[in-house]
Formats: sequence, structure tokens, C-alpha cells
Amino acid sequence: MTVRVKQVSGARVLKTAGVCLLIALACAVLLPLAGSAPVDFRRALAGQSPDAEILFYSRVPRLILAMLAGGALSTAGVLFQALLRDALATPYTLGISSGASLGAVIAIVFGLQQTGIWGAAFAGAAITLFVVAGVASQGRRLSSFTLLLAGITVNSIALALILVFFNLASVGQSFAITRWIIGAIEPVSYTTLAWLSVLVLAGAVYTFWHARDWNLLAVGEEWAAVRGLSPTRVILAGYLAGSLLTGAATALTGPVGFVGLIVPHALRMKLGADHRLLVPASFLLGAAFLAVCDTIARTALAPAEIPAGVVTSLLGGPFFIWMLRSRRRSLWL
Amino acid sequence: MTLYRLRDTAVAYDGVPVLRIGALDFTAGALAAIAGPNGAGKSTLVGVMAGLRSGYTGSCRFEAKEIRDWPRRAFARRISVVPQNVNIEFPFTVEQVVLMGRTPYCDGLFESPLDHAAAARAIAITDCQPFRARDFRSLSGGERQRVVLAAALAQEPSVLLLDEPTTFLDPEHQLALFRILRGLARDGVLVIAVTHDLNLAAAFADRLILLKQGTVRADGPPAAVIAPAIMREVFAVEPHILQGPAGRPWIVYGE
Repeated sequence: MTVRVKQVSGARVLKTAGVCLLIALACAVLLPLAGSAPVDFRRALAGQSPDAEILFYSRVPRLILAMLAGGALSTAGVLFQALLRDALATPYTLGISSGASLGAVIAIVFGLQQTGIWGAAFAGAAITLFVVAGVASQGRRLSSFTLLLAGITVNSIALALILVFFNLASVGQSFAITRWIIGAIEPVSYTTLAWLSVLVLAGAVYTFWHARDWNLLAVGEEWAAVRGLSPTRVILAGYLAGSLLTGAATALTGPVGFVGLIVPHALRMKLGADHRLLVPASFLLGAAFLAVCDTIARTALAPAEIPAGVVTSLLGGPFFIWMLRSRRRSLWL
Repeated sequence: MTLYRLRDTAVAYDGVPVLRIGALDFTAGALAAIAGPNGAGKSTLVGVMAGLRSGYTGSCRFEAKEIRDWPRRAFARRISVVPQNVNIEFPFTVEQVVLMGRTPYCDGLFESPLDHAAAARAIAITDCQPFRARDFRSLSGGERQRVVLAAALAQEPSVLLLDEPTTFLDPEHQLALFRILRGLARDGVLVIAVTHDLNLAAAFADRLILLKQGTVRADGPPAAVIAPAIMREVFAVEPHILQGPAGRPWIVYGE
């Protein structure tokens, strides 16, 4: 009996990534046109007010931030699920976002302004990264299991400290902290976006380039070791890449939920588990998903806005439940 | 040609010795079975030889080079391992799992036609063709074991190490597996299989090594090793040793 198997080739990866890129580009072109105030595209291009300001200083930078953060969180989700061999792992499982949140909360309580809050959040993520890696290491060895235990523990400590600072905060600061923790997309400068895109693209390209390593590690550490890989090196590199993606995104947006869980799962059902397909598709469709959610966040109750993190959870939660119930067999849960 | 040379090889967990090998050599083109009661150190021995337990003392050399000094990739081109059990959380197809065996040969992101040809041969040898497109998680235990063997064969190793490879296999596939292993040994591969099935070992292996409490208690052709006194000493059971097919010993346990 001959069985036809769809192999993972360069052509198939290009085709899959091409389709996802078209979807992401369609979102990038169409979504900035949606909003409570109508925008005339020609007037905006001619630099006429207020169309130019609305489009180029509010909606476009916000869209770029949403797409970079969505791509980063979705890619980090795929990566951490493989590293931890846990389908329910998220970019936040290993405490990086809690570290970023703690940094941001401390900055808010000490009255720092936006740039200071971003810097503190990124520093919080970086410090957490080193603490978790240090706690998880046993001599020169690092395993997924110890990484998970260390991540969960540091996560809990960071969350407890956030609550301590929350109780020390004024009413205004408490509102700012709450909004930050829910996760929100705000317009930022193009310089900030340029820095973010360098970090996110570096992390995403590295993750794609080592997709075969994540395939092996997703099966097991010994499975990878007897095929010539050093599990410690691969786990550490994956943890650094995932933390870079998570830390860079959450420093600017706060911990936007569900993106890193729902996009990889939906794509696995369609594409299978091979990371050569999953990583580029997750990056591009994660970008599109968060861009759509943020557009809903700023238009659904216009002129009022709801945080993007609320929309991702409200959309993602029911979708995930539907997926679990309708595709339980294929998920083997 | 001697491939493995173990001298005073020892492993301890939390200070408790679990393996103490005085001297043990393995040559190419042989099928060796390792047996012994639970906790005898069989899997630990295979783990040391597979390069998975670097914390051993003494010496364990492969091709005259200490195992912990081998570059991982070069070592993986020579030695492949079939673990007792593989659980996969994600929906990899059978073919994707088998192709992972080609990792030590792949430099880029994608496998070459040579890699696909090697995987196809391994799939054919292990009779995985009918389910090569299926999700690994949907397979039975025995089918999974055959896929894992196919991944190891796709590595085209000169040494194949197996840890209780027949655990999930039905009798037909147990025999088929050992026929494959014997064929590989005839082609020059050193095959070392941990097994609890002494009759399969007696029927197919060139050499049977019995371990107890981390030490080698008997080592030789199965016909010489499977003797009542040795069986009683190693397994603490009363064996009835009959004559099996081709004149090899056949053990029946009982009062």
C-alpha cells in the first residue's frame, strides 16, 4: 500500500509562510482604516490634518506594536511549549512576564514616566531570566524540568511582590498598574518600534533557524542527546530566545494573554508539530491575531477603549473552549 | 574489531553503587543480549555506552576514545539508541519522527534526498509503511516501538543499543524485531539489547550477559550461560531448561 505523506520541504514552508504573510499584510493595510474617526487615506498621505496625525501617529504605530508583540508572543509560545514538552506552556510560564511586570510596577510606584516604565520592565525581564536560569542550573546542566520548576517559583515570587507594591500604590498608580498588568497596546514612537523590531526579529529568526532542534527537544532530552545535540545548550539557547521575545514585547505592552497559547495550538491542528512550519506561521498569524484584537479593543466601544489583553482573552477563551470540545480527539487531551 | 572497551566502569546514584563493571569488551558484527533482575544496572550500562551517563568513573571507550570525549554529532553518527518508551505530546507524523534520526547528518533546515531514502529504508525494514502518515500519538505501543526503531535505523549506526525493545510488541513483531537485529549483526552492526526475555535472547543472540547488583555474573554464548545454577543465582528462580528450536536452550520457570 502506498501512503502519500506531505513532507516538510523548503517549498512547503515558503508556501505556508506566504499565505500567512498575505493574511498579515491584509491586516496591516486594512485595520488602520477602521476606527471611530474616519480617515481619508489620500489626505493622510498628503500630510493634511487631522488624517495624517490619526493614521501615522496613532493607528499605524499602534498596529506595528500589536503585530510585533503578537508575533513575538506567539513565537515564544511555540518555543516554550517545545522546550517544556507541555502543550499548555505559554510565554509567561517561566516568569519572564512577571519579572517585566514587577519592573514596570516598581517604576509606576516610583513615579517614572513611560520610557522609564519600559526600561524597568525590560530590566525586570532580564533579571528574571538570569535568576531562573541560575536557580534551574545543576552544575553545568540545565533540564526542562528544573527550568519549569524554577520558572514557576520565580513567577510566584514576582507576583507576590507585585501585590506588595500594588498595596503601596496611590489610587492613580493602582489604575496604571492594573491597566499595565491586563496588557494594552498604546501608540509608541517609531524609534521605539525600530528597537523592538530588531529584538523581535532577531529572536524570531533564531527560533526559525533552529526549528529542527525544537522538534527533537519536543520529543525528549535524551531523544535529542542521542541525535547529537547538547540538551543543556539547546534548552538554554531556546530559553534565551523565548525570553528575549517575551521580555521585549511585554516591556511595551504588558502581559497580553492567550496569544502565545491559542495561535500555536490552532496552527498545530492545521499544520502538525514540525517547527519549520509552525514558527513562521505562528509569528505571522500571531501578529495578525493581536492586530485584529487591538482593532476590536479600540473600536468596539468607541470612543472608549478596552485593553487588548481583555479582547484576546474574551475572543481567545471561547475559541479555545470550542477547539477543545470539537477537536478533543486530535488534541488527545 | 573491538568497538567498546569497559574497564572498572562504575556508576553510583547518591553514593549508592548501581554499576561496577570490571572488564567488558564488545566487537562489531554481534548481537549481545543483556539480562538480569530489576535494578541490576542494565539500563545504566546501556546509558553509559550511549553517552547519556557521563558521570561514570573508570573507563568506557568506544573505538579507543573515552565516550565522554566524543563530539556528540560524530558519536550520534556511529551509535543509535532505542529507549524503552517514547511519549510524544505533539502531533508529529511517523515519517517526521523517523526523519529525526537523520539529524546527525543534516546541516541545513531540511533533509536531503539521501536522508529521505535512508528513512524510507528504515520504514520498510520495520514495517511502518502502512501508518507512516499517521500521528505518532494515535499508534499502539507496539507500533510506536517499531517507529522508534525505524528512527534509530535511519541513523545508519555501527552500534545499535536497545533498552527492552520487545516490551510492547506482540509475539509476531517480537520475532520480527529480533530477526531484524540478527540481520543487522550479520551486516556488521554491533547490536546490544537489554531484555527480560531469555528465550528470545537464547534463540537469537550470539552472546548473553547476565547482570546482578551492577556486576557481570555470567557472560558467554547463551547455551553456556543458561544453566540451572547461574539462573538460580542471578534470578532466584528454579528453571527448567529444555531444548528449543535449532538446539538452543528454552527456559520454563515454575515449581
